[in-house]
Amino acid sequence: MDALRVVNLGVKVGGRKILQNINLYIQQGQTYVLFGPNGSGKSSLLSALIGHPSYNIYDGRIMFKGMDITTLPTDERVRMGMGIAFQNPPKVSGVKLIDILRHCARISGQSEEKIQEYAEMMKMADMLNRNVNSGFSGGEVKRSELLQLLLLNPDFIMLDEPDSGVDLDNISIVGDAIRKLLERDRSAEERQKSGLLITHTGHILKYVDADYGVILYKGRIACIGNPYDILEHIEEYGYEGCVEKCLRRFPNSNQK
Amino acid sequence: MSEKVPELEPEVRKKLESVGAELKPEERSGTFLQVDQDVKFSLKWLEGVELMGIKQAMEKHDWLEDYLWRAVKPEDEYTRDVEEEFNGYFIRALPNVRVEVPVEACLYMREVKKQKVHNIIIAEEGSEINILSGCTSHPGVHSGMHIGVSEFYVKKNAKLTFTMIHSWDTGIDVRPRSAAIVEEGGVFISNYILHSPVKVVQMYPAAYLKKDATAIFSSIVVATENSIVDLGSRAVLEGENSTADILSRTISRGGGVIARGHIVGNASDVRGHLECRGLMLSEEGYIHAIPELEARYPNVDLSHEAAIGKIAEDEIFYLMSRGLSRDEATSAIIRGFMEIEIKGLPEFLKKEIDKAIGMVEKGLSV
Repeated sequence: MDALRVVNLGVKVGGRKILQNINLYIQQGQTYVLFGPNGSGKSSLLSALIGHPSYNIYDGRIMFKGMDITTLPTDERVRMGMGIAFQNPPKVSGVKLIDILRHCARISGQSEEKIQEYAEMMKMADMLNRNVNSGFSGGEVKRSELLQLLLLNPDFIMLDEPDSGVDLDNISIVGDAIRKLLERDRSAEERQKSGLLITHTGHILKYVDADYGVILYKGRIACIGNPYDILEHIEEYGYEGCVEKCLRRFPNSNQK
Repeated sequence: MSEKVPELEPEVRKKLESVGAELKPEERSGTFLQVDQDVKFSLKWLEGVELMGIKQAMEKHDWLEDYLWRAVKPEDEYTRDVEEEFNGYFIRALPNVRVEVPVEACLYMREVKKQKVHNIIIAEEGSEINILSGCTSHPGVHSGMHIGVSEFYVKKNAKLTFTMIHSWDTGIDVRPRSAAIVEEGGVFISNYILHSPVKVVQMYPAAYLKKDATAIFSSIVVATENSIVDLGSRAVLEGENSTADILSRTISRGGGVIARGHIVGNASDVRGHLECRGLMLSEEGYIHAIPELEARYPNVDLSHEAAIGKIAEDEIFYLMSRGLSRDEATSAIIRGFMEIEIKGLPEFLKKEIDKAIGMVEKGLSV
């Protein structure tokens, strides 16, 4: 079954085209990893998928669970089962983490006990009464984002560099949470959850496995393939070299 | 002792509830209501506290004369007007009596063009008392003036928390004139919440602090279209080691706000901090923050921060990405903006203030 289908998507920000002709098809149970150099449009793609109002879709459409959601506001996409963990979420002064968690739990129908349970799992139990993201360390921000998603329990999960700035002590907590969110510990047939995960370093792939890798390059999809092969190529040849090789091998990958 | 609150018309009761009145012996240690210039009732349910009309109190205590016009001077046209003719309430906590359950005192404008009030509140040595004062007008009263003089005397090591909630109407002019004298080691906490339209509220309450005394002023104010709220708090640190915090959260939904604050450091080792934050919710209206610090002694620590902004789109978007609708996200942010951590505020009052913030929220969503 389809989770996400992105068709010929073109996105502008402030009049400038930042994503062009994006095609992506993610089935239920699949996790994709999105690679790409800085500024290639990875975060922009996630922003467009979740419906950030500054990201203007000038071409193509986004289908989620078989429905066209291209013009749907963010909260409705979320209530349909999309979820996102941001790389740099804003501080919201006066709004406590617990307030947001309660809201997430209400949407997904999870109990108050689950809030405590997950907060402990994410080592955030002491932070619940703090204003969200205010004075949080890099690792705390990542754990807070994942904690919110655990309580929201979405079907399609987007993660923007969940591993950046996370130290070794915390990376396994982050990895465990992502595996749980994406049901990576279940067999492929049983798995319901899908994901799209941005990683810069590939570090997180040591803790979470993925089905496909995608390289986004200059606002276009340059390559789709085995995520571990892609990572190896990037490490060996850099993005440019990798994309070149990839284009030679799969000249029509963009039309998939 | 268990005197009952007289029956009130439903609309009067509703208005009083909107400014925090409970009118119940379980929730309050006393209740007082003045309608226009007349004391309607004055009931107290606890020992150790005096609660009565000011006229009655002056008959009872001849020493009360010394307290009249001591903290507040009849210097402007409004105070002089009150000097000529007034009514009001007298609240006193006897020495070393601690009463957590608030005393409520309500002022209600119904028929007069001008309500003139003079209140005296005394927390005797070592006592502790919480007062909730709700002021409002009868539905349909579209014009008039409320002048309220309040003098607070916080004696040695006493603690007085005064929470005033206002709900008026578009044509009503409001001129509170109040000041507190806080003696050695005393604590004065003053909270002010305005949650409805008004013509003009103009006030600049002051606290004069002796050695080791503390004052905290906090205000949460909404100026709706055509309302003008000119509001400040002043702390004069006269005794060594005294401290003051002035916190304000002002919201303009089309109205004008002047958020003033003034801390004077007049003795050694005093500390004062002033924090004004403003939120503009409309293209009409304005917020003008005027924080002032004045040092008159070398060894003082005075600071202020002021910030005015609008609701950030990225914050709304963030909350929407957790499934809150745009309206829910906006109101969560506004609510967060109004939340002030007031040190030393009793649980009981936190609940009341929370309730009043809920009123502000309700007013904003109209």
